[in-house]
Amino acid sequence: MEFQEAQRFVQQSMHDITSTFQKVPGSAMLIRYIQSSYQNDPVRSAIELILVIFFVRYLLASSYATHSGNFVTLTESEIDDLVEEWTPEPLVAPTTAFEKAESDNLPIIVGPTGPKSRLTNGRTVTNLASYNFYNFVGNEQVKEKAIQTLRTYGVGPCGPPQFYGTQDVHMKTEAAIASCLGTEGCIVYAHAFSTISSVIPAFCKRGDIIVADRAVNYSIRKGFQAARSQVRYYEHNNLEDLERVLQKVIKDQAKKPLTRRFIVTEALSETLGDCVDLPKLIELKQRYKFRLMLDETWSFGVLGRTGRGLTEAQNVDPTQVDMLIGSLAGPLCAGGGFCAGTTDVVDHQRISAASYTYSAALPAMLATTACETLNMLLTTPEILVQCRENIKAMRAQLDPRSDWVHCTSAIDNPVMLLTLKPDVVNSRRLSIEEQERLLQECVDETLANGVLITRLKSMPTAPGSNGKDTEWKLKPALKVCMTTGLSKKEIEKAGITIRHAITKVLTRKSSSKLALPNVV
Amino acid sequence: MPQRNPIRNPFTSSTNAPAAIPSGEQPLPRRPSTSKGNRLAQFFSSPKTKEQQSAQAALRSQINPSISAPSLSLPTISLSTAKAGESNMDEPPTTLFQPPSVAEARRQAKADAQFGPLGNQSHRYVSKQEGEFEEPLMDEAPLYFLLTTYISYLVLIAFGHIRDFFGKRFTPDNYRQLTAANGYAALNSDFDNFYVRRLKLRIDDCFARPTTGVPGRYITLLDRKTDDFNKNYQFTGTTTETLNMSSYNYLGFAQSEGPCADAVEEIVKKYGVSTASPRADIGTSDLTLEVEAQIARFVGKPAAMVFSMGFATNATAFPGLVGKGSLIISDELNHASIRVGARLSGAMINSFKHNDMDALEKLLRESISQGQPRTHRPWKKILVVVEGLYSMEGTMCNLPGLLKLKKRYKFSLFVDEAHSIGALGPRGRGVCDYFNIDPAEIDILMGTLTKSFGANGGYVAAEKHIIDKLRATNAATIYGESPTPPVLMQILSSLKIITGDLVPGQGEERLQRIAFNSRYLRLGLKRLGYIVYGHDDSPIIPIMLYNPAKMPAFSHEMLRRKISVVIVGYPATPLVTSRARFCVSAAHNKDDLDRLLAACDEVGDVLQLKFSTGLAGGADHLPDGVTPEMEKEWQKANGVQAVAKAPRWSLREVIANGVEDVKYQLR
Repeated sequence: MEFQEAQRFVQQSMHDITSTFQKVPGSAMLIRYIQSSYQNDPVRSAIELILVIFFVRYLLASSYATHSGNFVTLTESEIDDLVEEWTPEPLVAPTTAFEKAESDNLPIIVGPTGPKSRLTNGRTVTNLASYNFYNFVGNEQVKEKAIQTLRTYGVGPCGPPQFYGTQDVHMKTEAAIASCLGTEGCIVYAHAFSTISSVIPAFCKRGDIIVADRAVNYSIRKGFQAARSQVRYYEHNNLEDLERVLQKVIKDQAKKPLTRRFIVTEALSETLGDCVDLPKLIELKQRYKFRLMLDETWSFGVLGRTGRGLTEAQNVDPTQVDMLIGSLAGPLCAGGGFCAGTTDVVDHQRISAASYTYSAALPAMLATTACETLNMLLTTPEILVQCRENIKAMRAQLDPRSDWVHCTSAIDNPVMLLTLKPDVVNSRRLSIEEQERLLQECVDETLANGVLITRLKSMPTAPGSNGKDTEWKLKPALKVCMTTGLSKKEIEKAGITIRHAITKVLTRKSSSKLALPNVV
Repeated sequence: MPQRNPIRNPFTSSTNAPAAIPSGEQPLPRRPSTSKGNRLAQFFSSPKTKEQQSAQAALRSQINPSISAPSLSLPTISLSTAKAGESNMDEPPTTLFQPPSVAEARRQAKADAQFGPLGNQSHRYVSKQEGEFEEPLMDEAPLYFLLTTYISYLVLIAFGHIRDFFGKRFTPDNYRQLTAANGYAALNSDFDNFYVRRLKLRIDDCFARPTTGVPGRYITLLDRKTDDFNKNYQFTGTTTETLNMSSYNYLGFAQSEGPCADAVEEIVKKYGVSTASPRADIGTSDLTLEVEAQIARFVGKPAAMVFSMGFATNATAFPGLVGKGSLIISDELNHASIRVGARLSGAMINSFKHNDMDALEKLLRESISQGQPRTHRPWKKILVVVEGLYSMEGTMCNLPGLLKLKKRYKFSLFVDEAHSIGALGPRGRGVCDYFNIDPAEIDILMGTLTKSFGANGGYVAAEKHIIDKLRATNAATIYGESPTPPVLMQILSSLKIITGDLVPGQGEERLQRIAFNSRYLRLGLKRLGYIVYGHDDSPIIPIMLYNPAKMPAFSHEMLRRKISVVIVGYPATPLVTSRARFCVSAAHNKDDLDRLLAACDEVGDVLQLKFSTGLAGGADHLPDGVTPEMEKEWQKANGVQAVAKAPRWSLREVIANGVEDVKYQLR
């Protein structure tokens, strides 16, 4: 009996399902279609059925495979054990002795930064370490303009440029820089260091080619890393080598589709202080059809008759440079950075340069300060002349006279980088670390004699890197920054102090030891 | 560049006459941009005399420009300034309610335009976590709107391609940056640029509207028009003062008057504008160290370091912490700066569904058990990165849930408090304060100083040994410019106000006002029928617009009602959920929010924006006799479907009930 009941139930439900199915609009058509196709071609029906099953399975499957082939399937308890077992490394490695000494000896200025600065130990020293080349920090006119801006705009713009963070002062600063350089447009970033590392990935994409100077600064390197383009290096400021690399790129790419190609270099090198031959560079760039990104961070406001940078100094039309990047935080003593170029170049950055789009705008005070200091340079180029006089006076004390160091910086560069002479390094077999330590001693000794200078800082190796760093090594150097806030006499006196300090450190017993392991 | 217009010059307003109106006597070539400060001020303005100027100067020396609560509640009646007018100098005030002098009224109007007076002491609320932390319910738009949204984008894209097809043939000059020419490859990829030129350009006038003056309670926009569909703008030379719902001015510290601005002025006089050196050289001043100590104390960590830019803080912090062999697990909605920093660090990056603790746990179990890809070596470290408050969603991170997982899975936790610091918590100390969690439980607290503090830059706070290591390995410290003295002073003085060290009471008022404002506006919008995302206490209030065409329409309608809002669409949000975002500030008062609600009510009807189904709040009051505790049972008894009806309150009801209902759990 039960069997019959079950049978009846099945029949009943079959009937129900069929009638419901028939009620669905279009069902008759579907049945007719299947019937006719079955009669004509059973194989096709089978394939269609498989397709339907596959489709259903595809719909139900997770959107994409979450792990690659070598996934090890583990039971929950095994995972629990592994979780229990796992002990992470501490978040940061312990501080090294050198780093600790560095941070302990870090000079801290009490009060304003100026040609004479007071340190936390109460001493007032001659400050030759700030980028205060024209003493704009202490300039009353600059201060007054800043205060006026403060009283109109407050401090922060409280928003990114795309969302009501663009203020008229930013537009004014952009226009001032563009008209000063003679480019079509200009975009002002909120942070000088982040400017070029955002400009590069905004234009250089995967597959593009960058040819860069081997000694480019850290910010540019970070830009390369973010850009994921192919980067080739040429020897520092060696334009023959550049030409060789360019030719090679052209040859390698001859059969491939045309991609964007860039030459990236610095006008005044941050790490060596020397100057690039821009007319030659422009010629090469035009011959090989590369675009040029020129980092004028250290030359804008420094080189040229009115401080317009390398283009002015070497009589090159700035419009020949595709992207001209500069800093408003360095020589101009305000804040932020800029990129000047054609309208296309500038507009593209407004939505695709990460540190412009996703960051708050530059405080209005700093924008107007940049405008003001730029204007002062343009209208009173005498301060540049004065600064160059001071550079000459300092150079006379150091470069030819010292037996130990020589200055790699260009003649007009107020940042004088003093590296140990090669024969000193070779005869003592000094490693990079030892040179850094020696130079730090020079800095300390100079400071003990009342002159504050600093040293070119290198970036420590990143966590997780295996130490096999094939990158170009920074050459340890002392950094002496000129300022017009000091008279020629004071500069000469400071120069003598520095020279004597270097001599004293390098003739010390402890420093002449031969290539011993670094014990600090 | 557009032609400079006189009105946009910041330099003409002198410090002595902050709200000066040009007159025949003083033929100022340019009108100060702040003169638009308030229509009231203009109404009262008369040709300026020497007398008034001196009175103003006297005022500035006498009046403490700080806004204490009593002066806020009675903005136009000023007892302390009774002798502002020259004629009254000698005789004592005879009446209690001395009408304010013109100069005083103008000064007050300017201050009010930056920071609104508090209407009523009841308009305050303490921001803190109550009960279990719950994910906010997400309401969904009716299918019709989703469908039309997709169709809209399809039409836009089709149109774009048609225009490109003809454009490339007839006006090739417009495509010069997208085509290879003269042996140079195209500057930008045609495909990447499509979105910009065919979608964004259409609504470009809603973005990057240039402003002038303080981005406080009101923001002054420079009017512009376009003749060529947003390709170029012409400035008309006029300005419009709008209600500012767009700036990240959470605690209202964007002010050009008051204790902060005074302190900044002092520091500029003393220190100048810059320190002209990176931190690792000699860019560290006593002021920097003091700010770092104060920030560390404020966020409750042993040490902190400051940076001159918020973006760079994240972009450079990660390489010092993690590298090859480490894993970063990041919330899918984390900010671009975190993504840049994570990418630059060289660590492996994985992301989990926004705020989904189950997804995170699953990912953690998988990552730890599987180890590094291919080699299966265990990860050196795992860093989970979340934001305290998400700037596009208005949601907070589930900190209690994260800490529960942290105990079990031993990862390090990095919380980016860019938006939450200052804006959340009874003492404004961010998410830890809000959830009443000891900051020591979180490894790294990062935040920006741009938003709540009205300054610029960012900070990282952690244990001392971590900060020491970061200082030694951080690129922005070694090569980047250091924070400038005025910015540092703004941070320091605003911090001191928040903690109550300076002008006691004002910091608390600011904190409670933003908490009230956030809840009031959120509840009001929900009751009007908008779909609002985010947590109840979040000052970021996004409302859903869906159809792309409604973005510019909403923005324009709001601008017509003199309100600036931010609209966000794809790619900053998922394709369908285009939204408008309101950022509430302590500088707003209830009147401002009512004005916004009224505008939203009207615009919502015109643009059909009231999508809410009642799922995510905005419900009617509970019937008499039903208490909030009984709500669940009552719902069960009556059937949830019957109870949750689409909220469409009238504006009058919303305003009448808002203040009271904000004090209870929002429903």
